[in-house]
Amino acid sequence: MATCPECAAELDMPSDVVEGEILVCPDCGVELEVRGTDPIELDLAPEVEEDWGE
Amino acid sequence: MKVGIVCSRVRVEEKLLIAALKARQVGYDRIDPRKLDIDLAGEALSSYDGMLIRCLSHTRAYYITRWLEGMGVPAISPHQTVHTCGDKLMTTAALEEADVPSPRTRLAFTPSAALDAIEAMGYPVVLKPLFGSWGRLLARVNDRDAAEAILEHKKTLGGYQHSIVYIQEYVEKPGRDIRSFVVGDETICAIYRASEHWITNTARGGEASNCPVTPEIDALSRAAAKAVGGGFVAIDLFETSDGRLMVNEVNHTPEFRNSIDTTGVDIPAKVIDHLLEIAA
Repeated sequence: MATCPECAAELDMPSDVVEGEILVCPDCGVELEVRGTDPIELDLAPEVEEDWGE
Repeated sequence: MKVGIVCSRVRVEEKLLIAALKARQVGYDRIDPRKLDIDLAGEALSSYDGMLIRCLSHTRAYYITRWLEGMGVPAISPHQTVHTCGDKLMTTAALEEADVPSPRTRLAFTPSAALDAIEAMGYPVVLKPLFGSWGRLLARVNDRDAAEAILEHKKTLGGYQHSIVYIQEYVEKPGRDIRSFVVGDETICAIYRASEHWITNTARGGEASNCPVTPEIDALSRAAAKAVGGGFVAIDLFETSDGRLMVNEVNHTPEFRNSIDTTGVDIPAKVIDHLLEIAA
């Protein structure tokens, strides 16, 4: 379990969660980045930048 | 052997690539470009045998691959490919030089010169930003009123790069385009991307289905990949109304989550096998 830094909802973590993964908070819909896995550390994911792409 | 995977976000694609590395019992590090601090007099990252570049940011990929090139670390995709594919003008120039068919394109540096170019090409045309992806900020321009408005907006609202106007002929498509994937010198698979919208990117709702790799698709895809510098690239192809194929764009960090089940090809396995080949 971890807490959404935006709305404080309690989130279940996937069993194979990895650092750098992006999750969506089911309560408020914000994108979260997994910054650490032991313990779970969540932060708001960065906004898409102009030079992002394939 | 030890390889690195450079990425900030770990998306489905990166998870699959990491799983393919683990399946081959290859040691790897995930390198977050946000945490990199490269002493230009030093030898950062030189201990790796190969590097997989999966940056979302073109700019970061551009500089990191340049650094790796100096360190002699082979990368997928290499700096030349990142340099060429990250800028649509460079891509068009490379395709033209290699005689790879692509839509007619004009370049202009001011709104008035761009308007003259658009009028000379004839409507509709497509205006594209030099940088960016996922079909963002593309504009299909159907008449002079729209052209004047978009050119004024680009000049006023955009940064300097948006004042460089890339004008492409509009190619009438049969409700779809083709995306092929090239790893090294092999066209490994292709998909159709169907949409009622003129923008067919799957990121914009285009539907993927398997596209058999014909000898023509294979030859054109490999020629385009070679023209931009090789590595792991995705080629966007147009089918013209008179039955020709042309290359629209080439992507140097392709997303492929919608193309594995669709084609039955294990794309991440192919990419990792190629990485291990060039790293050996």
